[in-house]
Amino acid sequence: MSNVPADLRFLKSHEWARLEADGTITVGISDHAQQALGDLVFVEAPEPGRHVNAGEAAAVVESVKAASDVFSPVSGEVVASNADLGGQPELINQDPYGAGWIMRVRPDDKAQFASMLDAKAYAAALAAETH
Amino acid sequence: MKAMHEKLIFEHSAPGRSAEAQYPQVPVEAPIPAALRRAGAPLLPEVSELQAVRHFTRLSQLNFSIDTHFYPLGSCTMKYNPKACNQYAMLPELLNRHPLAPESTGQGILQILYELQEMLKEVTGMRGVSLTPMAGAQGEFAGVAMIRAYHKARKDLARVEIIVPDAAHGTNPATATMCGCTVKEIPTLPNGDIDLDSLRAAVGPQTAGIMLTNPSTIGVFERHIDDLRRIVHEAGGLLYYDGANLNAILGKVRPGDMGFDVIHMNLHKTFSTPHGGGGPGSGAVGVSERLLPFMPVPIVGSDGDRYRWLDEKDLPQTIGRLSGFMGNTGVLLRAYIYMRMLGRDGMQRVSEFATLNSNYLAARLRAAGFELAYPERRASHEFIVTLRREAHEWGTNAMDFAKRLLDYGFHAPTTYFPLLVPECLLIEPTETESKEELDAFVDAMIAIRREAETEPDKLKGAPWTLPVRRLDDVRAAKQLDLTWKAA
Repeated sequence: MSNVPADLRFLKSHEWARLEADGTITVGISDHAQQALGDLVFVEAPEPGRHVNAGEAAAVVESVKAASDVFSPVSGEVVASNADLGGQPELINQDPYGAGWIMRVRPDDKAQFASMLDAKAYAAALAAETH
Repeated sequence: MKAMHEKLIFEHSAPGRSAEAQYPQVPVEAPIPAALRRAGAPLLPEVSELQAVRHFTRLSQLNFSIDTHFYPLGSCTMKYNPKACNQYAMLPELLNRHPLAPESTGQGILQILYELQEMLKEVTGMRGVSLTPMAGAQGEFAGVAMIRAYHKARKDLARVEIIVPDAAHGTNPATATMCGCTVKEIPTLPNGDIDLDSLRAAVGPQTAGIMLTNPSTIGVFERHIDDLRRIVHEAGGLLYYDGANLNAILGKVRPGDMGFDVIHMNLHKTFSTPHGGGGPGSGAVGVSERLLPFMPVPIVGSDGDRYRWLDEKDLPQTIGRLSGFMGNTGVLLRAYIYMRMLGRDGMQRVSEFATLNSNYLAARLRAAGFELAYPERRASHEFIVTLRREAHEWGTNAMDFAKRLLDYGFHAPTTYFPLLVPECLLIEPTETESKEELDAFVDAMIAIRREAETEPDKLKGAPWTLPVRRLDDVRAAKQLDLTWKAA
């Protein structure tokens, strides 16, 4: 079974988000997503400074099976993206909720974060998808 | 990983060895200025004739191919390529024609290409056909480029968005992007049809068109194609038909009658020209009335009983040329011969047996305990098995099944496509397989499923019997090594 940390929020499209102490939101893809994609070979993360919209493709992850968009859960300005993924896309496979983070966004509206699925609801959505 | 048995031909090389019997007999007087000629001899392998024959014969025996194995690679229509098509396409009169030779000495081949255009128009219900795109991807490019040219000609410049269902071939959004459009994805309903409410919400004054595969990549016919067409046309967009699955409807339903404005056909799928080795393919395009002026040139025209090339002078609004000459003419010839051998009735039998074989395989696999992704729908020429239960219960995923099938002597079906079905195999048997072959495939699937339950390592380590074992896809993608250098 895939790991769904209780302290994170999720989208049905398998992104996770964490509210940081400084009010920014860190975004990545879930353990389930990395398992379904298989070994990642390429990640295109957005440039810091770019404005992204909620529900819009902000990054691209490519595995040996497929290329897939990563949707931003919130609208806002990208304040950082994970430069390590350029040389080591496998960080997402190894540690999707830690070293495999993709980008950090300063949200225009924090309510968008609050409207994401909590861990329980995401786990239920996963169960419905795989059974 | 065990290395491939066969060495590179350079590794068979020894200095001074040669096969003089194979040297060209006609001395070549190259009128190339001395300054442009290379100084040293090229680095070529130095081997005997027998070494060369053995090397390439052994390589050919390492191949999985239609001529050696059942090849149910979904979405690819790996049907048998009749030998007669090859034989006639290689007649010296056709083979030796120079593309710049005058029309007056090439009326025969022009007539063939003209008749091929006419036959493709008839079978698709489109008003015009251009044969020049060199492959399916270029056919798609031509199709979307024509949609853009149409809107531009009408000064409808805001139409830059192409709608693509989530089940689409990856080439569709790629094509739209290549043509400078943005992509809007819409979902598929759990029953396999397109979500029309999402489509209604997606269309607008920005809509250039929709790219659709019907039957779709999940192997079912879009039941609301009429409503779908109306929604897109009323919003001012055009409809693009991805011809990847044309084999399912050949001679039965025509994209032109469904209201499509443009279609690309993969002649290497539906019309049985050879796949493999990366081509050559052929992505002929067909268009509705309103896109006729924009077709890529050249096209063959007919003034009564004489045939001539139509070019930029005849179609001043053309999107232009996609190849130096007339597409992959050798491939077009094979498609023409195939169609002439089938005739109108034969064409219908193609789709009838393609769908019969597919539904037979689906029914037998279902009865054997496999889960179909869309059990309530009748399959078209292909269908999807999902191995999510096998992956969940035994840890054996779709890739493990696919690799194990190779040990049983079958090419694997398409794996992990379409993306919206987990752990899927997309299976397309085509019309040219016998019932015995289909039954043997089912037997293999049942045997592998039993292994998955009792000896899952047999799947996880597969293939065991091929020249190479499980390849390291990640390393291959990250560390491309395409050139050989002498040690």
